[in-house]
Amino acid sequence: MSPWREGIARLRRYPSAVAGLAIIAALIATAVYTVIAIPYPQAQELWRGGERWQELPVNAGPVWADRLLGGDAPRTLTASSAAAETVEEAAYDGVRLNRTVLAVDYPYTEFPSEVTLFLEADFEQRRPFVRMRWRTPDGEVIPLGARRVGEQGRVSISQDRGLESRLGRAPQVGLFAEPGPAGTEERPEARPGRYELILETVHFERTSQLAAELVVYGQVHGLLGTDHERRDLAVALLWGTPVALAFGLLAAVGTTVTTLVIAAAGVWYGGWVDALIQRLTEINMILPLLPILVMVGTLYSTSIWLMLGVVVVLGIFSAGIKMYRAMLLPLREAGYIEAARAYGASNPRIILRYMVPRILPVLLPTFVTLIPTYVFLEASLAVLGLGDPVLPTWGKVLHDAQAQSALYHGHYYWVLEPAALLMLTGLGFAMLGFALDRVFNPRLRSV
Amino acid sequence: MAAAPLLEIDDLRLAYATERGTVRAVDGVGLTLRRNEAVVILGESGCGKSSLAKALLRTLPRNAYAPEGRVRLDGAEVLGLPEERFRRQVRWVRIALVMQAAMNALNPVVRVGEQVAEPLRIHRGCSRRQAAARAAEAFAEVGIPGDFLQRYPHELSGGMRQRAVLAMALVTEPDIVVLDEPTSALDVLTQAAIMNVLKRIKRDRGVSFVLITHDVATSSEIADRVALMYAGQVVEEASAEAFFTAPAHPYSQMLMASVPRLHQPEPPQPIPGRPPSLLEPPAGCRFAERCPQRFDRCSEPPPALPLGERHRVRCWLHATGGGRP
Amino acid sequence: MSPRPAQAAAPGEPLLAARDLQTHFELRRWGFLRTGSVRAVDGVDLTLDAGEAAAVVGESGCGKSSLARTLLGLHRPTGGEARFEGQPLARLRGAALKAYRARVGYVQQDPYGALPPFMDVRRALEEPLIVHGVAPRAERERRIEAALEEVGLAPAGEVWGKYPHQLSGGQQQRVVIARALILRPRMILADEPVSMLDASVRVEILELLRRIQREHRLALLYITHDLSTVRHYTDRVLVMYGGRIVEQAPVEALLERPQHPYAEALLAALADPDPANARRERPVPGGEPPSLAAPPPGCRFHPRCPYAMAGTCDVYDPPALGVGEGHTAACWLRA
Ligand SMILES: Nc1ncnc2c1ncn2[C@@H]1O[C@H](COP(=O)(O)OP(=O)(O)OP(=O)(O)O)[C@@H](O)[C@H]1O
Ligand SMILES: Nc1ncnc2c1ncn2[C@@H]1O[C@H](COP(=O)(O)OP(=O)(O)OP(=O)(O)O)[C@@H](O)[C@H]1O
Ligand code: SF4
Ligand SMILES: [Mg+2]
Ligand SMILES: [Mg+2]
Repeated sequence: MSPWREGIARLRRYPSAVAGLAIIAALIATAVYTVIAIPYPQAQELWRGGERWQELPVNAGPVWADRLLGGDAPRTLTASSAAAETVEEAAYDGVRLNRTVLAVDYPYTEFPSEVTLFLEADFEQRRPFVRMRWRTPDGEVIPLGARRVGEQGRVSISQDRGLESRLGRAPQVGLFAEPGPAGTEERPEARPGRYELILETVHFERTSQLAAELVVYGQVHGLLGTDHERRDLAVALLWGTPVALAFGLLAAVGTTVTTLVIAAAGVWYGGWVDALIQRLTEINMILPLLPILVMVGTLYSTSIWLMLGVVVVLGIFSAGIKMYRAMLLPLREAGYIEAARAYGASNPRIILRYMVPRILPVLLPTFVTLIPTYVFLEASLAVLGLGDPVLPTWGKVLHDAQAQSALYHGHYYWVLEPAALLMLTGLGFAMLGFALDRVFNPRLRSV
Repeated sequence: MAAAPLLEIDDLRLAYATERGTVRAVDGVGLTLRRNEAVVILGESGCGKSSLAKALLRTLPRNAYAPEGRVRLDGAEVLGLPEERFRRQVRWVRIALVMQAAMNALNPVVRVGEQVAEPLRIHRGCSRRQAAARAAEAFAEVGIPGDFLQRYPHELSGGMRQRAVLAMALVTEPDIVVLDEPTSALDVLTQAAIMNVLKRIKRDRGVSFVLITHDVATSSEIADRVALMYAGQVVEEASAEAFFTAPAHPYSQMLMASVPRLHQPEPPQPIPGRPPSLLEPPAGCRFAERCPQRFDRCSEPPPALPLGERHRVRCWLHATGGGRP
Repeated sequence: MSPRPAQAAAPGEPLLAARDLQTHFELRRWGFLRTGSVRAVDGVDLTLDAGEAAAVVGESGCGKSSLARTLLGLHRPTGGEARFEGQPLARLRGAALKAYRARVGYVQQDPYGALPPFMDVRRALEEPLIVHGVAPRAERERRIEAALEEVGLAPAGEVWGKYPHQLSGGQQQRVVIARALILRPRMILADEPVSMLDASVRVEILELLRRIQREHRLALLYITHDLSTVRHYTDRVLVMYGGRIVEQAPVEALLERPQHPYAEALLAALADPDPANARRERPVPGGEPPSLAAPPPGCRFHPRCPYAMAGTCDVYDPPALGVGEGHTAACWLRA
């Protein structure tokens, strides 16, 4: 059995390694799923925000968290004219009066966060005219006014100031409240039941049409909730996984491999090559990474790939070189390397085939634990506002949450979700790394 | 028997737990040692020589099971002693151990003089000054110039380092010194010099030695008695006289024939084959597979059969009436 | 394996010839201040014919390994000359140096250290073949198999996939020998090939080296500190002391009639197993081996020599003096 396979066989006996591997496997599975299900251009597109999210509530927490805490926060309910019946009530000389009833069965005792009616008219010259009325389960009818509808119309019922003053409270409360005088209850409760929005449309053209959709926004949404721009956090958190893993892995591979090869070359050639590498390392060690990244990000670009490049370049001549050098130095005298010289192996071959592979097993644990540190670095950059401009990442979710004072407003999920994913990543790699250390580092291995 | 033995080992067993099973490194070893006697434990690599020394001094690795059997020192059982008492009354005080490759295990940042004095301060409670004086004496005894006390291990040659660890074992004036391969890593001149030191100490101090080696020529340099080990057992225990001139066990005979000699026209004969695994040693005689004199009875394990005074052989050829028909 | 046809060397010319060969290591402080030099090889004359086995014997630190490394081209000689098949080693560069390396096999002292721990046997043996562009793969495998068989590790399939730590010391050394043979060399340099091995396998390995050397008519330079392992396995012995060869002789002559006091001392320190050994001390020359940074003037052995003659030995350097058929000793006693 090769030393590698032997090590891996031994690894299986460490529960922490198995757990770490399971976490990493789950993260990788998520990343692969995400990249297939939401291709990169689509993810960028989605994260740009805008209309596609208009039917999602703002800052809604995840459903499961609310249910877990015994809550019954309403979800978003919609009623569309496409599903409702439109009755033509009268017609005269090309002018038609249609009546559509958009009904929602509202089961909650808490109020919705918003109520909006989306209208879309299809006409040639004369815009249809619509009158809106609200009917509660008790049969009470509340007029909501009337308006002409352009090609696209949006009636923010919950923002209607007039309605608010008529009802004596916010429309989304007033429209759903138990009947009775306003403002008397300690904590008003919504009345579950069937609510109807009655639309009476006057069409002035034979062919003109009106499509309507009533959205009663909930307070919770989906598995992961939404942000201040109604974007589903699932997009960002899912896409954050492949970005984090790729960044961590590429940065760790990039720095470790180049550092290792350079350290090996320095040890092997010795003399001025070694001296030069040592001095460069010493200079580089006093250069602070974070401020340089901040500068690059501010003055040049915050593209994640540029950041990756800078991290790798600055990571090459890092303290690691000193450590690898100490590990490689004894190899210079190793018998098998002397033998390789004696049969004529070239210098690059000796470095790449004999020196580097010798210390790889010892480096593997360090390498594995290095990955999450780069993931955290990327997140920190994003929190500092240097996140990639187009890509959704965990760090950017945190950044938005912080910018919107999420914790102050009680939107804990907004901070906790990306934080949990970061922690999970750190945990998975750390558990695997520590176990690998025990397996491949003979000093730590107890027989 | 005239003198009661100083050290009596009987049916000593030591096993290690490993990933692939239990390694029975010492499997029923018996041995006696009298005062001022030197016994050489001889045997090829992996036969359990170091394990025997470790079991004797209880300097066991973590995966070793507790040794079983009896070890009597001046008639008193010591194997069953609690660790604390063993440490205070036996280890270093009565029996000192120079471990295999100990010369390479000296602390590189402490002067050798201090390292040699250390056992005195720990085990005899000497003051720093007393200990230093004794260490200087011990250095003189093993033939290291006095000014070497102030040096660091890397400033000494291999031979000098080996002498230093020897001095370390001698400072506490133990009755028995166990030396595990003290000369194997050294060149022949240094080996001869170290063996001379041991001979001198044995003569002048009356110390008893247990010397472990795989080299037959080295063993003859000090042995009063020889115990030849094979696959965890002593296959022949005899006086040096008997062992080197008329070995009784087939393995002893073949081993003697395999030694390269300076002044012998015929070439040495290597012993074909390999020793058995200690994970699953053969049921019968452990040497049977390589033995040219093997016969039916060898499929049963031979006991240590007596063959004259203090001479025992683990071989059916020497059973009374049990030999080859 | 078929031995290479001998080439280049003119008839009668030795395969390897060194004249006044020197390898000095500079001692530097802080990497640049010269503080002196270690004369590890300090004027060695030797010849080795094709098909001849010679032993170099001497105590630790006398420069044996440095000599071997210099002959392997791992150290550049700082003086004198060594010729292999008539070509001066010091001038070999590039392709010629590489070609030379294929013609000299190297067997080291520590077999475990000599094998890359992360390569299995097949891979370790394939490396020299890859380095020297032996293709195709099937040809390489054929040669690996043949080499393993040659060193007694047949069937090859059994050790093929094993890693060094899964082999016994003797098996490891056989693999190292197979590697030294795989490029079909003309000469093998074996630097203490058995001193780290268990006594029980030493003889086997020495027999193996001798057999291979004879069968392929290779030159063998066997370096050791133990004179008891030279008889039967070599034809000639070179005794090395303080960076120089002090005595050269056919093996029997050296063991029975050593002419240099140092060779005499080396022999006296050894004994065949005998119960009487325990009753007498071995004569060991006092003092330490000479410092190679500041070797003593005159004969380098004079501070330890029981026969040293004041006014001669401590002043004048003895030359190699003929004392018999193929037997020289650098000692004023033989003048
Ligand atoms: N700590 C350990 N765990 C498991 N097996 C061990 C351990 N120490 C020794 N062994 C095994 O026990 C057997 C005897 O080992 P031991 O070191 O006593 O042999 P030895 O005769 O001293 O050999 P050597 O001449 O190589 O020193 C060997 O097979 C060895 O592999
Ligand atoms: N690369 C080197 N740089 C400096 N000094 C060296 C170097 N290699 C060897 N020496 C010195 O040269 C001397 C001879 O060493 P060498 O290894 O050749 O001896 P040796 O006879 O092989 O000894 P041993 O039996 O211990 O292997 C020693 O004093 C050693 O310290
Ligand atoms: S030359 Fe003189 S000192 Fe040197 S070995 Fe001969 S006798 Fe001894
Ligand atoms: Mg041992
Ligand atoms: Mg050497």
